[in-house]
Amino acid sequence: MRTRALAGVSFTLQRSEFVALIGPSGSGKSSLLNIIGLLDRPTSGRVILDGVDTSCVDGRKLTELRAHKLGFIFQFHHLLPAFSALENVMLPAWADEGFPSRTARESAQQLLAAVGLADRMHYKSTELSGGQQQRVAIARALTRRPSLVLADEPTGNLDTESADEVFALMQRFNRELGTTFLIVTHDTRIADRCARVIEMVDGRVQRDQRRPGAVAR
Amino acid sequence: MPFAWFVAFRYLWDSRGMTLLILSAVSIGVSVVVFLSALIGGLQTSLIEKTLGSQAHIVLHAPRDLARHFAESTRERGVARLTQAVAQRLRSIDQWPSIVKEVAKLPEVTAVSPTVIGAGFAARGDATLPIVVRGVDPELFIAVFDVRKRMLEGKLDIGGGAVAIGTSLADDLGVHVGDKLRIRTSEQRDDVVSVSGIFSIGNAAVDKTWVLTSLRHAQALFALPGGATSIELKVSDVFEAERLASMIRDRTGLAADSWMTLNAELLSGLSAQGSSKSMIQFFVVVAVALGIASVLIVSVVQKSREIGILRAVGTQPQRVLTVFLIQGGVLGLVGSVFGSCLGALFAHLFESLTLGADGRPRFAVQLSASLFIQVGVMATCVGLLAAAIPARRAARLDPATAIRSG
Repeated sequence: MRTRALAGVSFTLQRSEFVALIGPSGSGKSSLLNIIGLLDRPTSGRVILDGVDTSCVDGRKLTELRAHKLGFIFQFHHLLPAFSALENVMLPAWADEGFPSRTARESAQQLLAAVGLADRMHYKSTELSGGQQQRVAIARALTRRPSLVLADEPTGNLDTESADEVFALMQRFNRELGTTFLIVTHDTRIADRCARVIEMVDGRVQRDQRRPGAVAR
Repeated sequence: MPFAWFVAFRYLWDSRGMTLLILSAVSIGVSVVVFLSALIGGLQTSLIEKTLGSQAHIVLHAPRDLARHFAESTRERGVARLTQAVAQRLRSIDQWPSIVKEVAKLPEVTAVSPTVIGAGFAARGDATLPIVVRGVDPELFIAVFDVRKRMLEGKLDIGGGAVAIGTSLADDLGVHVGDKLRIRTSEQRDDVVSVSGIFSIGNAAVDKTWVLTSLRHAQALFALPGGATSIELKVSDVFEAERLASMIRDRTGLAADSWMTLNAELLSGLSAQGSSKSMIQFFVVVAVALGIASVLIVSVVQKSREIGILRAVGTQPQRVLTVFLIQGGVLGLVGSVFGSCLGALFAHLFESLTLGADGRPRFAVQLSASLFIQVGVMATCVGLLAAAIPARRAARLDPATAIRSG
């Protein structure tokens, strides 16, 4: 049986926007995130990413687009436990290029330093705290300098302090690198601090509100 | 290091308990294959060597005498006739020197020895024993049977009416080097000869009956001046003997018997042994393949979320496939290295348990570089094949589903 998860959803994310996607469970946030993240294809409709209409490219090209244009941050960080923090951050570039390059390593080291984990680079992800793991995940998402980072409940299982740190980091990368962020969240404290909030209910966009003032924080 | 290799090795290392377990299983399987091959190879070689120690690879002799009919049926006249088999007399091969030259030219033939072989009796005192007299050219003969290495007493010096005899025969007659004995042949000729050497080939029938003498002397004893009753050949590849024999048969019109037809029973025994070895190896290979496959399937299921993440961050399915194929191949290869060592160890252990009375192994196990290479290649291929199904499964995982349900 097929259920309709999304209907008539249409919006444009501008470059360097910092957007929260909110809504109750089952409202279609995750489905939408998977579709924008090119992990699922919509039954109808199109996702246009940096001018590329993704409805007419093959699987191989979709994987390449994900590698080059998109970054993912998941709720449970989803680092690979068998690898060190540095390796986790290097993996996207390594997997795409086949071999580990000097630039990928340097970029990964810089990012880890930027998220405050310069001294934890060689720790296994299981040896890091939840907040630290999520910071590694942010570094991983940014390692290829993507146009768009999709974050699915990035602060969902963190204490307030760690959540604030993680959020501050995302805001900082948004400002410094000009990366667009789309953050799915339940946390109103987080949503309130975003420059734009899209609220979904029953697979539709209920509210799409820009609040220029929020950026200044 | 390439991405796929790095991830594959890390995964193997990460679940080292499982890796170690499956490596031991592969090693044990491979060691069984190596041990069996070494054992059966050694056994076969030693059996064939023992058989060929007292036999030429191919023996040529004159074709059988056939009965000739005095009258043939024609269209006008029917003939009723009775054909009796002809008694076979000792005959020389026609034109044997030219046949010796001709077969010596064949590239597969490594040694040729013309021989006069006949039956007779050896007598000394009251003892009269049946013997086989072989008149040979010693230099040519030792290229076929190295009797010189098997001398127990004296030398293989068979010129001027001297003979070399088998050790059991010498015991039964009570002779030593320098003693004399009387020979009477089937052609009713007598001679007194002196024993110049005593040999032991290790084959009871040979050691009990053979009397080696010069070709000329044997020709005189059997009334075959200038003749040779057989030509004995040694060939480079013993298993090609039958093919070569039939070729020589066609070319010369002589009767040509290879050791393979004379020992058909031994050969069918060896081939049965070979096929039982193949059966065991087949089942070992199946067990190893199932072991590797099941470990990798479990690994794919356990790691499906991680695979989903790798796919999400831009890893092509091809690379995921390679990661698991490499794991299978590496398990096979590394297992085969350990297994080869283990198998070689077993083989040497077994060898040392079966020492003969002289303190040497009864037979040498056969461990060759080519065996190890074969086993290594085979195990690696089995590993790759076994990994194919899990690897495809991993490569086909849908990243969104895998991350959600992982």
